[in-house]
Amino acid sequence: MIDPAEVGGVPQIGPPVVEVDDLEVNFKGRVGFIAGLMGRKGYDAKAVDGVSLTLHEGEVLALAGESGCGKTTTARAIMGLIVPEKGTIRFKGKVLPRAVGALRPYRRQVQMVFQDPTASLNPRQTIYEIVAEGLRIHNVNEGPNGEGEEQLVAQALSRAGLRPPERFYLLYPHELSGGQRQRVVIAGALVLDPSVIVADEPVSNLDASVRGEILALLMKFLEELRISILIVTHDLGLAWTVADRVAVMYLGRVVEIGPAEEVLQRPKHPYTKALLNVVPKAGGTERPILQGEPPDPTRIPAGCRFHPRCPVVATGRAERLGILGRCTGEDLALDQIAPGHDVACYLTELGEEP
Amino acid sequence: MSVLSVRDLEVTYSTKGGDVPAVRGVSFDIGKGEVLGLAGESGCGKSTIAGAILRLHAAQTKIGGAITLDGEDVLGLSPGKLRATRWTGASIVFQGALHTLNPVQKVGDQIVEAITVHHMAADKEAYVRAGALLEQVGLPPRRIDDYPHELSGGQKQRVMIAMALACSPSLIIADEPTTALDVMVQAQVLKLLRSLQNDLGLAMLFITHDLSVLVEVSDRLAIMYAGKIVEEGAATEVFHTPVHPYTKALAAAFPQIGDPRFRRHPSGLGGDPPDPQHIPSGCPFHPRCAEVTDVCPEIDPQLWEAGAGRRAACVHAVGAPAFEASQP
Repeated sequence: MIDPAEVGGVPQIGPPVVEVDDLEVNFKGRVGFIAGLMGRKGYDAKAVDGVSLTLHEGEVLALAGESGCGKTTTARAIMGLIVPEKGTIRFKGKVLPRAVGALRPYRRQVQMVFQDPTASLNPRQTIYEIVAEGLRIHNVNEGPNGEGEEQLVAQALSRAGLRPPERFYLLYPHELSGGQRQRVVIAGALVLDPSVIVADEPVSNLDASVRGEILALLMKFLEELRISILIVTHDLGLAWTVADRVAVMYLGRVVEIGPAEEVLQRPKHPYTKALLNVVPKAGGTERPILQGEPPDPTRIPAGCRFHPRCPVVATGRAERLGILGRCTGEDLALDQIAPGHDVACYLTELGEEP
Repeated sequence: MSVLSVRDLEVTYSTKGGDVPAVRGVSFDIGKGEVLGLAGESGCGKSTIAGAILRLHAAQTKIGGAITLDGEDVLGLSPGKLRATRWTGASIVFQGALHTLNPVQKVGDQIVEAITVHHMAADKEAYVRAGALLEQVGLPPRRIDDYPHELSGGQKQRVMIAMALACSPSLIIADEPTTALDVMVQAQVLKLLRSLQNDLGLAMLFITHDLSVLVEVSDRLAIMYAGKIVEEGAATEVFHTPVHPYTKALAAAFPQIGDPRFRRHPSGLGGDPPDPQHIPSGCPFHPRCAEVTDVCPEIDPQLWEAGAGRRAACVHAVGAPAFEASQP
């Protein structure tokens, strides 16, 4: 266990809120009817394959990676939306039950904000009904200070920046702009006074100019309400703006995790470096870009799962350093290289940079 | 001589709710081998301009001004001449590569169709050319017999690019070509577009809301707001030293990793883009502007000189005439 006070030199980080241990999620492979009769079986997709993470109180943890790396699946498992094959998720020290009904009190504490606000909002409900729905589902008739339903909805809307709240009660989602819709989604999450918000690409569907405002809103809750945020994103620039710590995932595993300053400025895993290379920068496209498509989780390569695309292997550097055999043949786990900074790469044992 | 010249372009959509002025007087040129990046929020009119250049708008849409492509007046073309110009004079790569390809036709046949419709070659030659085009965009030529569902998103976008190149146009319009793609694939497609443009000496109009992508691929940048260009200049200069407050806000929305100014400090622009039917008086940006002055609600700014090769439609631009605030 890492002392949270040491992590990234951010002293305000509190005790663990969500602890994920060795999480595994498989999606069953399917085959056609005839192939099934012939006894053929589909390949299972190992979307998440042994992920351990800790989210501390008052912390923003960014989960980054390409499409299909398992970042959203991890987030959904944490929400209790997917039952994992293996592994445990603890919330404030208690192991999550597997029965869906028993998850209800937990779901009140952990709220989710999805990518597309238009898809998350029921087009036939008014804004008031949308925000109040959570309260009704969880039978919350009274707030912590004796507030009624309307007061709680008004509070959540104005916290989410929709002021004056009364003006929005009777509007429908289509009458709002994209940014306002995402604020309604956030208000719906806030109304239940959660301790964790899981945000899956919360701004990638919004106009660039509106993104900052929505992020600033989330950052404000962090300070005012002492909540924790797990943010799932493919955008490392976003991680730089909001995250305390960054976890980079590849093919169902975390390959590097640590303080944002370290991971994003001094990456130790070749994959993290490759991801940073493709963040658009002024001055042309002349920099190394990883070839190939996002990998297939039904066919996980032996050894380090990144080795077929790894530039260190492709350039022959791994061979010169004498680690090629292990890269291609020996699976490896995360290894601590500094307090709070873990990397899964054979280069780090040699003290080499990617 | 410029490949594309747009002068005082105005596009007004006719809707049941009245006229919607989407583009309100836009002028720019793109030279041979040059990439112009067009940026702005949704609804600012950037894609409407692309539609006007290829004349894709419905007949009741009013288009004013002049568009000249390779010396020809696009707005005055007869329907037959127009069909011939689309794809040979200018072609377009859209955002939704996944939906633009015909799902029941082999990708090779779709490229061949583009070539034969324009009588650029006979069937056999066209097949050879389609194979060569696929190779040019980084796909193995055997993919010519694949159906779209056999390709990934990035590969489909490569096929779209091959198709856009099929009739050797002098201008390619790329309208959000990488928005739906994954980060790594986006970088690959951008690199491909830029190298093809460079090798073939194409003029390119690159449209996206993603300013960081534009800076990477463009030579010059034009920033649009409420149907007008509000700032233009060399790409890196506009991005790194913006003059117009709107460009400043837009640039700040794209954090540079490692820059302490962005760390734990998300910044954005308050408010929403204006409704094209109710554009604010004076400078249309003034209700959201951080540097608003007394004169802004009254003066509709023109693109004034704002440094070498730079222009900005803002009273704060160095070339702006002096305005006296009216008495309150």
